[in-house]
Amino acid sequence: MLNSILFGLYPYVAIAVFLAGSLIRFDREQYTWRSGSSQLLQRKMLMWGSNCFHVGVLAILAGHFVGLLTPHEWYTGLGLSVPNKQLLAMAAGGVFGLVCLLGITLLVMRRLGDARIRATSSPMDIAILLMLFAQLLLGLSSIFVSAQHLDGAEMLKLAGWAQHIVTLQTDAAGLMADVHPIFKLHILLGLTIFLVFPFSRLVHIWSVPLGYIGRSYQVVRRRGGPAAVRVPGRGR
Amino acid sequence: MSHFLDRLAFFRKNIDSFSGTHGVVTNEDRTWEEAYRSRWAHDKVVRSTHGVNCTGSCSWKIHVKGGIVTWETQQTDYPRTRPDLPNHEPRGCARGASYSWYLYSANRVKYPLVRRRLVELWRAERATKAPVEAWAAIVEDPAKARHYKKVRGLGGFVRAQWEEVEEIIAAANVYTAKTHGPDRIVGFSPIPAMSMVSYAAGSRYLSLIGGVNLSFYDWYCDLPPASPQTWGEQTDVPESADWYNSTFLLLWGSNVPQTRTPDAHFYTEVRYKGTKSVVICPDYSEAAKFADLWLHPKQGTDAALAMAMGHVILKEFHLAGRSEYFDAYCRKTTDMPMLVRLDRRGEAFVPGRLLRAADLDGAMGQANNPDWKTLAFEEADLSLALPNGSIGFRWGESGKWNIEEKDARDGHEVRLALTLAGREEAMASVAFPYFGGSAPATFHATDHAAMLHRNVPVRTVQTKDGPVQVATVFDLMVANYGIDRGFGGGNVAASLDDDIPYTPAWAEAVTGVSRHHIATVARQFAENADKTHGKSMVILGAGVNHWYHMDMIYRGIINMLMMCGCIGQSGGGWSHYVGQEKLRPQTGWLPLAFALDWNRPPRQMNSTSFFYAHSSQWRYEKMDTSALLSPLADAGALPASLIDCNVKAERMGWLPSAPQLEANPLGIAAKAEAAGQAVPAYVAAQLASGGLKLSAEDPDAAQNFPRNMFVWRSNLLGASGKGHEYFLKYLLGTDHGVLGKDMGHEGGTKPAEVAWHDEAPTGKLDLLVTLDFRMSTTCVYSDIVLPTATWYEKHDLNTSDMHPFIHPLSAAVDPAWESRSDWEIYKGIARTFSRIAEGHLGRERDVVLTPIMHDTAGELAQPYDVADWKQGDCAPVPGRTMANVTLVERDYPATYARFTSLGPLLGKLGNGGKGIGWNTEHEVALLGGLNGTNAEGRPRIETDIDAAEVILSLAPETNGEVAVKAWAALGKQTGRDHTHLARAREDDKIRFRDLQAQPRKIISSPTWSGLESEHVSYNAGYTNVHELIPWRTLTGRQQFYQDHAWMRAFGEALAVYRPPIDTHTLAGVRGLADERPSMALNFLTPHQKWGIHSTYSDNLLMLTLNRGGPVVWISEIDAKSIGLVDNDWIEVFNANGSLTARAVVSQRIPSGMCMMYHAQEKIVNVPGSEITGLRGGIHNSVTRVCPKPTHMIGGYAQLSYGFNYYGTVGSNRDEFVVVRKMLEVDWKEAPHREAETVK
Repeated sequence: MLNSILFGLYPYVAIAVFLAGSLIRFDREQYTWRSGSSQLLQRKMLMWGSNCFHVGVLAILAGHFVGLLTPHEWYTGLGLSVPNKQLLAMAAGGVFGLVCLLGITLLVMRRLGDARIRATSSPMDIAILLMLFAQLLLGLSSIFVSAQHLDGAEMLKLAGWAQHIVTLQTDAAGLMADVHPIFKLHILLGLTIFLVFPFSRLVHIWSVPLGYIGRSYQVVRRRGGPAAVRVPGRGR
Repeated sequence: MSHFLDRLAFFRKNIDSFSGTHGVVTNEDRTWEEAYRSRWAHDKVVRSTHGVNCTGSCSWKIHVKGGIVTWETQQTDYPRTRPDLPNHEPRGCARGASYSWYLYSANRVKYPLVRRRLVELWRAERATKAPVEAWAAIVEDPAKARHYKKVRGLGGFVRAQWEEVEEIIAAANVYTAKTHGPDRIVGFSPIPAMSMVSYAAGSRYLSLIGGVNLSFYDWYCDLPPASPQTWGEQTDVPESADWYNSTFLLLWGSNVPQTRTPDAHFYTEVRYKGTKSVVICPDYSEAAKFADLWLHPKQGTDAALAMAMGHVILKEFHLAGRSEYFDAYCRKTTDMPMLVRLDRRGEAFVPGRLLRAADLDGAMGQANNPDWKTLAFEEADLSLALPNGSIGFRWGESGKWNIEEKDARDGHEVRLALTLAGREEAMASVAFPYFGGSAPATFHATDHAAMLHRNVPVRTVQTKDGPVQVATVFDLMVANYGIDRGFGGGNVAASLDDDIPYTPAWAEAVTGVSRHHIATVARQFAENADKTHGKSMVILGAGVNHWYHMDMIYRGIINMLMMCGCIGQSGGGWSHYVGQEKLRPQTGWLPLAFALDWNRPPRQMNSTSFFYAHSSQWRYEKMDTSALLSPLADAGALPASLIDCNVKAERMGWLPSAPQLEANPLGIAAKAEAAGQAVPAYVAAQLASGGLKLSAEDPDAAQNFPRNMFVWRSNLLGASGKGHEYFLKYLLGTDHGVLGKDMGHEGGTKPAEVAWHDEAPTGKLDLLVTLDFRMSTTCVYSDIVLPTATWYEKHDLNTSDMHPFIHPLSAAVDPAWESRSDWEIYKGIARTFSRIAEGHLGRERDVVLTPIMHDTAGELAQPYDVADWKQGDCAPVPGRTMANVTLVERDYPATYARFTSLGPLLGKLGNGGKGIGWNTEHEVALLGGLNGTNAEGRPRIETDIDAAEVILSLAPETNGEVAVKAWAALGKQTGRDHTHLARAREDDKIRFRDLQAQPRKIISSPTWSGLESEHVSYNAGYTNVHELIPWRTLTGRQQFYQDHAWMRAFGEALAVYRPPIDTHTLAGVRGLADERPSMALNFLTPHQKWGIHSTYSDNLLMLTLNRGGPVVWISEIDAKSIGLVDNDWIEVFNANGSLTARAVVSQRIPSGMCMMYHAQEKIVNVPGSEITGLRGGIHNSVTRVCPKPTHMIGGYAQLSYGFNYYGTVGSNRDEFVVVRKMLEVDWKEAPHREAETVK
């Protein structure tokens, strides 16, 4: 029962809040839609902290996305065996995980240790950073669990669960029943991060300025566009 | 629409392109741009300024958005200047720009507040009694009075309704006027120029009911007594634009970039023209970096430096290498040629008083005021001449009060002799006092006798008392400066390197400044003035004026300027900048402010003497006159005790009194009537017989207490209140940190004229009411705090001495919460007072004493020796040997009606000021048209704008028609036509709404000695030099020589060097210091960087820029020696009290002194004192007033009293303190616990 609530129901709650929350915040609270950078207050630890963290976390995210959601048949069809895929995941995850760990450790030290940054942080700023830190530690420690089962069976269960969830199959929770507790914790915390995502600075992920890469040099916004009706807005 | 849905059109947003692929046109959403546009859009932008005693007087744009003041920015629309003169703007500094913080800050006073214990007593009594009886029941019961007085300053305010607090105040006022006399109700508000209408609101109310307005300029010690002494003028200085006309600027203790920020650009700019700048300042101030040469004398020895420079100038430009320009200037405009009688003292002589026409048989043919006409020799034949312009010509006749070089008897041209050298009949050995032979603490004493004899060329004049030796002021001066002219005798220096007072070599030892630098600066200063005809200027201010002997420092410097012909010359002169003392439309404001339209005269009091007596600071006096008198003075010439000198001065009509008499002045007229005498004669007779006594003779007797006090536009207890802890103890009766013991315990010179009570009363004030917009230190100690409008919530007027414009404060928004403008507050009190007075006070006859006033005919009162009627020297004659006595009719129930309308006396008696008067019926009629009239046909003064229009219409500076009338009135006295100075603007009438449109340049007026024109910048003394209008002094000229008997007794007839005084405040407290390292330092309180004169020290934005609370600056050397590092908590104490602050350890400060910026309040970040166990004090917790008797002189030409013009001043720089590191920082945050009920 608990298992199906946590791994059958909770994922949908988290994803629903994540999507709807993001949408509502984007529409109603544009001025809060920002990364909340504290670079102005202190920049020396950001060079290593922020860059390592972002490189690591983006690679890990991509790894999870590909690793969990790619149908089993696709990569075996390409000649990648399940044990090898697990090794690949452990190696890549381990490397980028360590890079990310270096970065986030610096960021945590900076956020809690620098008096001015501490004072200007919201409770959510601190909470989300600590959640990410814990999630990273859980993820890294799962490598040691995986090393006990190099056959990839555990990995297939996790991927299957994820694919069942996104394809709206009802029996997803069953796949999680007997995976190692550390994976359960990792997934639960991950879902929780999705849950609080719209209430945190993480929303800036939605607005990665990819458009800059290929846009024209000069952008002219036409007077009287679709929302040309002037809203007598409150100044800020 | 939805931002998100807009985004869904991502692939359709690009609708066009240009320049190939370089540009793209999109139709994406643009509503976000609105935020940037509305960022600078406002409901309105309103012109206002900051009424904060800031000479900047900058016009600001106040931005209002959504009904809220959001911020302020600098106005940039001042009228332009002429070619080759930079414009005045931008004016405004970071301190002004931070003001809007106050409007909505937590520190805003939002509602009327009253001390809870008081209001509980009041409500209990009021349940059964009428207001006046209820108040009587509280204050007449010592237990009840004590109950609320002893918790003053300890919190405990509750919110109240306006109606209730107005009733308490009115009841207290009615009770006090009826029981003790209206002169027991006093008000303190400073600097009318910063918000004229607000000042006038309170002073008008007080003047209508017979209350007393207390002075401020002298109390602040911003008044330079040297100015009235030398020129007969309170203070008149060049505007800052005139710095740009100067070619040699000497900044003497003035920190222009820090304390004159909006004007500093003229200083920066003129240096690009090649103007040389020398900065003299003991610390490395911000101004020092502007200097071509920075001189840093030991603090407090500036007079020595000035005397040495004067020595060089006299020697090299008046004697050896004579400057034609200096010679002509001094001959014409100074007293240098005037003749001084020499009094025989054994074998030698001492300089006596100036020779007068009355000294001669036949009085030179003068029937009018021969006692007041001074004499000189004609150069050609050394015959006696009677030059035009001395003060005797000012009163009682007309046409000869000018400084044309003419003999008044027949109008023939005269060239007066400056010196008798070469034509002397004899060489007289004249004794001059020297005070530098001893000096306290770390100040350097030199090895010279206290009496220096020098040879002076003299001639004999036959007077009606026989032959008298006379010398010119010039010859005496040269001798005083110790210059060898080959006359033989000792104590004169042939070389600048001789160790004789006052050579540069002598000054080097005293000041620490190299003799070469002294001589070089003096030479360059003079050489520049010679070549440019006076374009050498000295900028100075509070830095050097706050020493006990400030007049010696100032006269030393002023002498240099007069010797070099700089006064009254464009780009030259004496630029004394302190607070915003220049009330340009003064003569328009006076009738409004002191209700001169209803009653004359008003009651005014000099605050230094007032607080010295009533906060019982005199009980702790360690100084007596024997330590101050000249070695040449007759023993017993003056009382030993300083307060005795003050009592004597009050008795002789020199200084004002408040309270005035022990008896209620409302009851005297009836007694005089019963005795069948006129009131003045009755009062004189009763004083002589002892039937009436001056309050001054027993300030500790209950019938002589000041009872009710209003404070508005001021932070008396957090800023200017020297002897802060004595205020707390004696006036307020609450916890205090006084550490010393009074003379009853310690011994000392007890006064002979003042009754001594072993137990001094505490808690003299029954009611302290403060009007403020922020919870200042004064508010914290008050009984009632009234929330007043901020500077962006009321209409008012503002002027400064730094620029020639008048501009407004305007209500950008209505007063927030329950606050009201000062005008409305006092109007409300007047309304309630009128109602409550019914049945207690009706039409009353009030006997008012006023001292002998400067700029009235009365100033010719006591031409020779000091005559005290009480000692039997003469009879008490009102207005001559004692105060004037006037009967004033008051109509108490009509107070409100009078407050809000313009009274009949302006039409009847006219208007005027500074000794001239004119008919002003036309302006009264104009005001009736402008403001409308009431049922009696009188012009209304209902609103603050009505009040502003009264000022603007009556003043020559803002009404050209009045200016022409005023110049014509002056022309009658001088016999010269001056109306051409205002004719061009005769039709100009500046109204309040004109000012809201743009600041306006004022119109030239005879109230002031400078001109506003398209050709010259405002420069003080300009009309004296160029229009030949006399200075308002004894000789009508600028006076090097002060011949009053007390001036001579104190050795200050000529400028001399006097070291700082010993205040003896360390002896008693040395025992309090434990084994911790501590040291004694000289304690200086200059203007601060983050606040005073621009904003207040509790402003969060400013606190953020410095240490967030009070600091004391200390040198690295001294800090090291007592184990201090930067930012340590320190305790600073002496017999007067103790304060706590953080230390700023800095190379800027020289060893031996510490510096605490003025007016850092005790309401922010002040921990408890380890010594007193109470919260640490303010900068004035370690100071105490010590009055100087020469400032008490009155009834004598320019040395006559005027409100804020002459009188005792509150000096504070001579003080020493013990500094040590604190071990424990206790924030004293526990609530007050004490019995809540009356025992």
